[in-house]
Amino acid sequence: MTDLLAGIGFQPNWLAILQTTFMQHALIGGSMVALAAGLLGYFVITRQNAFAAHALAHIGFPGATGAILIGAPVTLGLAVFCVGGGLLIGLFGKRVAERETATGTILAMATGLGVLFASLAGANASTTTSVLFGNLLAISADQLVVFGLFTAAVVLALALIARPLLFASVDPAVAEARGVPVRALGLAFVVLLALTITMAVQVVGTLLLFALVVTPAATALRLTARPAAVAAIAVAIALASVWLGLVLSAMVNLPPSFFIVSVAVAGWLAVLGLTGRRRDVGQRTDTHHPAVAPVG
Amino acid sequence: MTPALALEGVRVVRGGRTVWSDGDLTVPAGAVVGVIGPNGAGKTTLFQVLLGLLPVASGRVEVLGGEPRRGNRQIGYVPQNYTAALGEAVRARDLVTLGLVGGRFGLRRTTPTEHARVDAALHRVGAADYADRRMSQLSGGQQQRVAIAQAIVDDAELLLLDEPLANLDLRNQHEIVRLLGELRRARGVTIMVVAHDLNPLLPVLTDAVYLLDGHPHHAAIGDVVQEDLLTHLYGTPVGVVRTAQGDLFTRAAWRDVDPMSELR
Repeated sequence: MTDLLAGIGFQPNWLAILQTTFMQHALIGGSMVALAAGLLGYFVITRQNAFAAHALAHIGFPGATGAILIGAPVTLGLAVFCVGGGLLIGLFGKRVAERETATGTILAMATGLGVLFASLAGANASTTTSVLFGNLLAISADQLVVFGLFTAAVVLALALIARPLLFASVDPAVAEARGVPVRALGLAFVVLLALTITMAVQVVGTLLLFALVVTPAATALRLTARPAAVAAIAVAIALASVWLGLVLSAMVNLPPSFFIVSVAVAGWLAVLGLTGRRRDVGQRTDTHHPAVAPVG
Repeated sequence: MTPALALEGVRVVRGGRTVWSDGDLTVPAGAVVGVIGPNGAGKTTLFQVLLGLLPVASGRVEVLGGEPRRGNRQIGYVPQNYTAALGEAVRARDLVTLGLVGGRFGLRRTTPTEHARVDAALHRVGAADYADRRMSQLSGGQQQRVAIAQAIVDDAELLLLDEPLANLDLRNQHEIVRLLGELRRARGVTIMVVAHDLNPLLPVLTDAVYLLDGHPHHAAIGDVVQEDLLTHLYGTPVGVVRTAQGDLFTRAAWRDVDPMSELR
């Protein structure tokens, strides 16, 4: 694979490259991540959790390098740190302002630990780089099995809790009064997010994760506010990003992370351009309507 | 007829501090009740007790003939600063739908009957025209209507509204107050409204619960809008004016130095 990445320039044999085992693994693994990330993105935005999602990816960094240090699987290290960090953030202040401060502080500590573990493990620069920027082309068959389990868990859990989770996300005070277990749902969401981020870090890396978890849903939300449609469009954008990114990567022999992120961001920019100055998005109107409709 | 609310010797404690005590009162069903008192007197706390979110330290509470419990579908609730958390991610219609089915787990399509109930609630509060717009696109008055639609969509018998007129201009205040009167007449619901300013609500209020010196009391609205009581309640001189037309309103019973005198 190192040989493959050595040259730069258009590769006429890109179709053959796409059919290689590592590319097949990348396509399957990337698609599973896109599915989970696209579905969760909507909730990340409605819960105003984008910063926490970004931070969780960084919290995974010491998990990955720590796993290398003790000789454990990287996926396991990522999962333990992401889930642990997520629960920690979830248990911190309810108010957004408190949460932001706590999240940022945990993020900084985690990144510091990541550097320490990497140094202690004697990890070379390329190992660290692959955690920070993803290494989709190195996904093994074993990792695919883990991805499959994680994705299944995310999809099934979301199918079960999506509606009350949405209620608890947009309207926590009323949801709580209506008997919705707001706090438990919040923790469940963080665990699902951590599982998704564990996978996504291996696709696009901790530094680029935002583009796969938040950007597709943000793009979809510009187009519609129907919850099911937002989820479907976000998944479609995430899938398109991964697929197109891999094809482009095979064509010019450059890291897929760059292309995946570029496609997602290009989609976001295009939709912003199309809807950008649409005055009715996010803008209040003060048109008055007749006082009260006839009560019947 | 079962009273909407009955308190017997209730004491409420929060964070080790008694918020209020000796709560002994009965609110009749079908009343429109102003819940008044100075800041920090425990008005919102009363709502939390009724919603089953805060257990009482002692005494007995009955809401619509039963113990307070979370998830009581007979109660519709609109919290204070309702709009603060709502972004552009949800439409008015989605929010009202969540009020009806938001607590249900599992995949399940909203049924035509449920859609019809959502439409009926949006129509009843006059929000049908902007049902498909995002909450962030609506004005404060429109958002408040949607919130009320969400509270009534499940046919609640008791509405708890926390400062529903805050941040609304005069016209929107009047329209929301008129809507409350219509809801009571048409559906016989009991409505409790926490409010800092009584005046805009006086046309529809029948009763009041006032938190005086750490104890809640109930009285007919006419017995509460009295200069002595309100002055004591708020700790500042309050006057009550009754016009020849029978309109009642309260005013600050003091005057600033004539601001123009300094210029003369």
